[in-house]
Amino acid sequence: MTRISMTVDGVRYDDDVEPRTLLVQHLRDRLGKVGTVVGCDTSNCGSCTVLLSGTSVKSCSVLAVQADGADVTTIEGLAGADGELHPVQTAFHEQHGLQCGFCTPGMIMASVDLLTENPDPTDEEIREGLEGNLCRCTGYQNIVRAVHAAAESMRTSVPSTPEGAEAAEGVTT
Amino acid sequence: MIPAAFDYTKAASVEDAVTALAAAGDDGKVLAGGQSLLPMLRLRLAAPAMLVDLGGLAELRGVHDDGDALRIGAMTTHDEVMRDPLVHEHAPLIAQAAETVGDRQIRHLGTFGGSLAHADPAGDLPGVALALDAVMSVVGPSGVRDVPASDFFVDYFTTALGPGDVLVSVRVPKLTGWSTHYEKFHQLAQSWSVVGVAAAVRRSNGSIAEARVALTNMGVTPVRARGVEEALTGAPATADAVADAAARALEGASPLTDGTASAEYRTQLAPVLTRRAVMAAGGV
Repeated sequence: MTRISMTVDGVRYDDDVEPRTLLVQHLRDRLGKVGTVVGCDTSNCGSCTVLLSGTSVKSCSVLAVQADGADVTTIEGLAGADGELHPVQTAFHEQHGLQCGFCTPGMIMASVDLLTENPDPTDEEIREGLEGNLCRCTGYQNIVRAVHAAAESMRTSVPSTPEGAEAAEGVTT
Repeated sequence: MIPAAFDYTKAASVEDAVTALAAAGDDGKVLAGGQSLLPMLRLRLAAPAMLVDLGGLAELRGVHDDGDALRIGAMTTHDEVMRDPLVHEHAPLIAQAAETVGDRQIRHLGTFGGSLAHADPAGDLPGVALALDAVMSVVGPSGVRDVPASDFFVDYFTTALGPGDVLVSVRVPKLTGWSTHYEKFHQLAQSWSVVGVAAAVRRSNGSIAEARVALTNMGVTPVRARGVEEALTGAPATADAVADAAARALEGASPLTDGTASAEYRTQLAPVLTRRAVMAAGGV
């Protein structure tokens, strides 16, 4: 057993794990973070995507011991403390960027990562950016719409400059 | 699918890793980013008794200017490589190829050195390293040694790395006055190359002064297309001359048939992709 500690969705956990434990197993079976799902188990589908120290990874292809000391964000940690959904969650809801919903946790986490790097992606950049995530229902049309909608909402609600702050105030008042 | 049980150690230094790997012998395996190894462990295509994790070795990460060459730390991720300003300036071929590896999530963890050491015939970076005359810096039980790319890739998923060896960095000579292109053909749902071609071309007064071409997945190792290079040297920079040279792409190649494509299909592809790669690199 190897002692690891990681912060998951803002809470620190210290655990002894077998080295062969996959991060997704650790999240689901030990920490109860079952919002992160296992889709293909072959690192193709991206359903298990989480943020590891701020960037997207497939948690079925990372050992829990590799995440020792890291800060992990799962789909369960995106909403605000008051339960207010993250703009990407809201956008997937409003644009109906899903049918069965199985790929959705991974799609949302991958989209959050994409929008952190590129706040205003084109259709092509969204499709490229989400190439590591498979959806077998939607044909991706509404997913792309949802990412656009989330991008717009995040650009107008997150003031990054004084002008942005004024513009955002103008929107909300 | 859960990997078979193994012992694990997180190396505190390169020497520490070498010691642990040497003790484990053939049962030891380096864990870099794990993006090729983890799927293999889960499918139990690999079942090492000891994994030595290089993830804590910050000194193996990053791109450095070494005068006439770049030195790329083996643990530099694909994502870091493809964004690195030094790589863009002096070895844009590497940035272009790294961008095609896997997907975003995989590039966040997968490493430059890991891809080279894994030596998948369908992997893109081995061919690029071969075209650029990269030199691998290896630390092993008997010390440090340099292995040129032409000696590094020895067989199917097999390199010159022995038990106890750690690839620590890769020296890539700067190409000044050259232009490059990586031409990759792959299935949309899989990012492994069916065939890939790395090309570097130096032009002079309307003709091609020098060219370097290497093929991905046209054999058990990447293949340097010496016949194409020879035909291009001194040739006029015209579409016809490039097409004639590209017809020699199969010299030295021995493509495999696998689940993705037949050897015959690859035989058709290689000259076409070589022509496109050289045309793009040479601005023809």
